Order: sequence, then C-alpha cells, then structure tokens
Amino acid sequence: MKSFLAELHIHTVLSPCAGVEMIPPLIVQAALDHNLNLIAITDHNASGNIQAVMGAAEGTGLSVLPGMELQTEEEVHVLCLFDTLEQIKSFQSLVDDKLPEIKNNIDYFGEQFIVDKTGDFIRREERLLLNSVQISIDEAYQAVTDLGGLFIPAHVNRQAYGLIYNLGFAPPELDLDALEISRHITPEEAAKQYPQIEGYPLIQSGDVHYLEDMLGINQFRIEKPTISELKQALKGQNGRSFVLKSGF
Amino acid sequence: MNLDQIIKELDLTLLTEPKDFSAVEVNSGYCSDLLSCVMTGAEPGGVWITLMAHGNIVAVAALLDLAAIIITEDAQPEQDTLAKANEKGVTILSCPKPNYFAVGKLWEMGLPAAEK
Repeated sequence: MKSFLAELHIHTVLSPCAGVEMIPPLIVQAALDHNLNLIAITDHNASGNIQAVMGAAEGTGLSVLPGMELQTEEEVHVLCLFDTLEQIKSFQSLVDDKLPEIKNNIDYFGEQFIVDKTGDFIRREERLLLNSVQISIDEAYQAVTDLGGLFIPAHVNRQAYGLIYNLGFAPPELDLDALEISRHITPEEAAKQYPQIEGYPLIQSGDVHYLEDMLGINQFRIEKPTISELKQALKGQNGRSFVLKSGF
Repeated sequence: MNLDQIIKELDLTLLTEPKDFSAVEVNSGYCSDLLSCVMTGAEPGGVWITLMAHGNIVAVAALLDLAAIIITEDAQPEQDTLAKANEKGVTILSCPKPNYFAVGKLWEMGLPAAEK
C-alpha cells in the first residue's frame, strides 16, 4: 500500500469565483509545496481545465483526478470525482443539457477562463456556471454512480449550498461515499453540531479558490490513486484506509 | 380553519391520497425552502409552503406532524416521494404559483405565522 495525501476540491480560473492565480502550473506547484500526491479538479458545473492541469502535472508525480462541483436543483453542492476524462465528458454532457442558458455577467460574477497547461488563455466560457443544474441530487447520484464515480456532498456544514442546511440531512436512500466538511470546523465539532452526519466518512477540503486555500489533509492508504481504491479506503475495506491528518 | 378550505381557496391539486380534509385543522403557516430551517421553524398542525420537492420533505413533515406541504411553482416530487408520503400519512398539495402567492392567500384567509 502507498500513502496518498490528497486535496479533492480545487477550482481553476474556469470558476468565476476563483482567483486569477488558479492556473494549471501554479495549482500543481502549490500541491507539490504541500507534499500532496493526489488532487482533484472540481470547477462549478464544468470540467474544461482538467486536461490542462493533468498536462501541467505530467512528470511531477502528482496524480490528478477529473472532477466537478455540481450544483443540484436543490442548490446542494456535490463533488463528483472520476477516473478518466471520458467519464467526466459523459457527465459534463448531461450537465450541459440541464444548466440554464444564462450568460455570465463578468462584472458581477467574474471571468470564466479555459486555459492551456501553461495557463495561457484559450477561450471564455460564456454560460454562467454558478447556477443550479436542473437535476435532483438523487438523479445526480445515480448518474455519477453509473459512470463509476465518487459522489461526495461538499462543505455540508456551510449555510450556502450545504447539504445539511438545504436538505436537513443526507437522503437515507443514497449510499453516499463520504461527506465533505469545510476547513472552518473540526470533524469533532461537526459531529457534535450535526448529529445527522454520524456514520458517514468525513473528508475535509480547502475548497481551494486561491492557492493559499490548499489544505491537503486527506490521507489515503491505497494501492493506486483510482476511484475504486478511494471508495475502499473510505469504507476501510481490503486493507485500504483513510484518515484526516489534523489540519488544526 | 381546516385544510379543505385552504385547498379550495388556493385551488390546490392533491398529489397524495385523499382524506377528509375538512376534519384536518390547520393552526399556522411556515414558508422556507431550507429543510434545516423548517425543522426548527414549522409547527405541528401547520402547513408548510415550499418549492423544494426533494424526498427529504416527507421525513421533515412526518417528524413535525404537519397538516400538509404545499409545493409551489408546480415543482414535481418523484413517485417514490409520493409513495413515502402516503405511507407516512403526509399530505402533499401542489400550487402552480410561487411561494409569495400561496403565503399571501393564506395570510388573507387569516392563517397566522408559526411562532417558534
């Protein structure tokens, strides 16, 4: 088994709310500076910069998982993580069909840039990404699971777009892989404050919108950085394991 | 005020099984789309106005023993949600208009706000 230290919630300049420094080479450098060897790129309802980050990470030893921070019709944010670009592409086409056709207002929301692996501008995403995709959390769970992905409701303790506030509790019919808590709370505080999350593995992320947000305290003992291995680690199966390194 | 009067006045569509709604007294109203707020804000015997149609609404309504959920803007719960509601005895009503309209009508009818 190998040890993987992971940050699984990173935005790029494609997310209008992310800082201008969130370009592939700087993301990769920041991850390496934190001694991470696994990251996931998770822009809001989008995946256009993942390949560029993978390109920037080539030869560095850093593994990059394709992901997305989906906003469901219940206004719940969920990390959807996959193994391959083909999988995220399939998921993206489902999302594109159900994302309202509203143009981004750059002055208000910020720029949505697609860049190459050096961070150079390729094009603007014109459609506003900060919006609810018109699929329910249950439908999204099914789609991600069918594609072989990981489905982790994001920052469940946050009042904005958090599962606990919007839906009260995790829908019991969904076999959720884990829940993510934000950096503003310890797992112990979260368990005390939100008894409804008991029993779910908790990952913790920096929800990285600026390089300084990089947290990287999810420690996996797995054979290789794949979704299947991460799932087993979160469940503590087959000798795989997962712990949160104390971030406080 | 009973639930039958509310259904008629707001011209609501019943999504769950029929009951004798004239025998269901309604004591208050509460409106929010955040289930965590509803869990602490709505009152037993009240109606809850929301456009949230996710299945978790049934558990919240059953927990609080609400008289009914009024789902606005024609948001459609899934069949599983309605089946679960019938099983738990939760009444779900549908209103094509937005929350503001439903709340305004209920206020006009004299239904007070939940006070918690």
